[in-house]
Amino acid sequence: MRYHTPTTFAEAAGIAAAAQGVTRFLAGGTDVLVQMRAGMVLPDDLIDLKKIDGVDRIDPTPEGGWRIGVAVPGIALGAHEALRADWPGVVEGMELVGSTQIQGRATLVGNLCNGSPAADSVPGLVAAGAMAEITGPDGGRVVPVADIPAGPGRTTLQPGEVISALLLPPRGTAGGDAYLRFIPRTEMDIAVVGCAVNLRCDGDTVTEASVVLGAVAPTVVSVPAASAAIIGTALDDTALGTLAEAASAACRPIDDKRGTIAFRTEVAGVLAKRAARIAHARAKGENA
Amino acid sequence: MSKVHVTTTVNGDAVEFLADPRETLLDCLRDHVGLTGTKEGCGTGDCGACSVEMEGVLVCSCLVLGVEANGKRVDTIEGMSDGHDLHPLQRKFIEHAALQCGFCTPGFLVAAKALLARSPDPTEEEVRYWLAGNLCRCTGYDKIVRAVMDAAAEMRQEAA
Repeated sequence: MRYHTPTTFAEAAGIAAAAQGVTRFLAGGTDVLVQMRAGMVLPDDLIDLKKIDGVDRIDPTPEGGWRIGVAVPGIALGAHEALRADWPGVVEGMELVGSTQIQGRATLVGNLCNGSPAADSVPGLVAAGAMAEITGPDGGRVVPVADIPAGPGRTTLQPGEVISALLLPPRGTAGGDAYLRFIPRTEMDIAVVGCAVNLRCDGDTVTEASVVLGAVAPTVVSVPAASAAIIGTALDDTALGTLAEAASAACRPIDDKRGTIAFRTEVAGVLAKRAARIAHARAKGENA
Repeated sequence: MSKVHVTTTVNGDAVEFLADPRETLLDCLRDHVGLTGTKEGCGTGDCGACSVEMEGVLVCSCLVLGVEANGKRVDTIEGMSDGHDLHPLQRKFIEHAALQCGFCTPGFLVAAKALLARSPDPTEEEVRYWLAGNLCRCTGYDKIVRAVMDAAAEMRQEAA
């Protein structure tokens, strides 16, 4: 295995594009090293992105959003108060990934590129409308995070392409987001269902909303019908009921020992209601 | 396979070793540096027995490559006591019988020390969440949690 430490993303993309065998990018390494140990993935070229300037930084963008480096670990996201104030749902999703030790290394981009349908940080990013800045051998492009997952363990990134940053939009006024997941215990487990809600209010009335589910389909799923169910409402019981029905209707889950199809489908609706209430309270400036 | 020359600081001492880039920091600490206090439990980041601090951040050394430690500061269980004077956490683990086989203990101690450095007066819930990534199959955790709370109290110079 060749271990590379490029100092620019263009160089990293160039190494990946020229590589003949199995290639992996290394950020936090909490998935890649496990796969290497299990023998599932034995890279010929391992490209460590952590020597690239800025990968460990969280910077405000000129537009008023945030640019998050690819090697920012969960513990640094959680410690960034201004980011947490803007996007608490994004931060709390990442903080649910693994243990304290894992939080010391694991990154948002790694969670996204690992391609797990149950990735806890991805629904929040999609609901927030986050964008992925991609560097490829022929230049760069910026695509919605929602377009990256292609199925379990797969992404839409092309050979040689590497995500060089995540971009969160400006929070704007009267907005709030939240992420909840169901697991059978309190810590250290994989989501049976995850749900992120991002919304904006005018007074009590929801004016914009995005509802995104995890772990109930081969990829994270946006549920426009669920968003529509709460837009124009003050999250009354009728609206929440319609929201839950729409969320459940969007589920195409697997059936396994961790959750049956019926259970995951039911819980998706419950979590959508709860996450919407939290996001709504946050949008109105309440502690939730 | 060409090896990589790695220069680190381990427990305050300058350390150099040659690492195969596939070797984990855990392997390097144990096999090249000779510090075998850090244990391998699962090797996949689930059990926390290999916990060390790198640049002051608690990590599983099985999920860090040795080459990634180049230029970094690493702190292991071997750096915890002051010579023969045990760290309060170490003493309290003994007093509370917070170990039986002892294999998970170095990881628990390193993780608990990291907790108390950032939160000197943690609640029991905080201790349990912080240590959720450290598995112990002997004690049932209660004694470990009590030992950490007691050590924290002593370090704050309060009677628990």
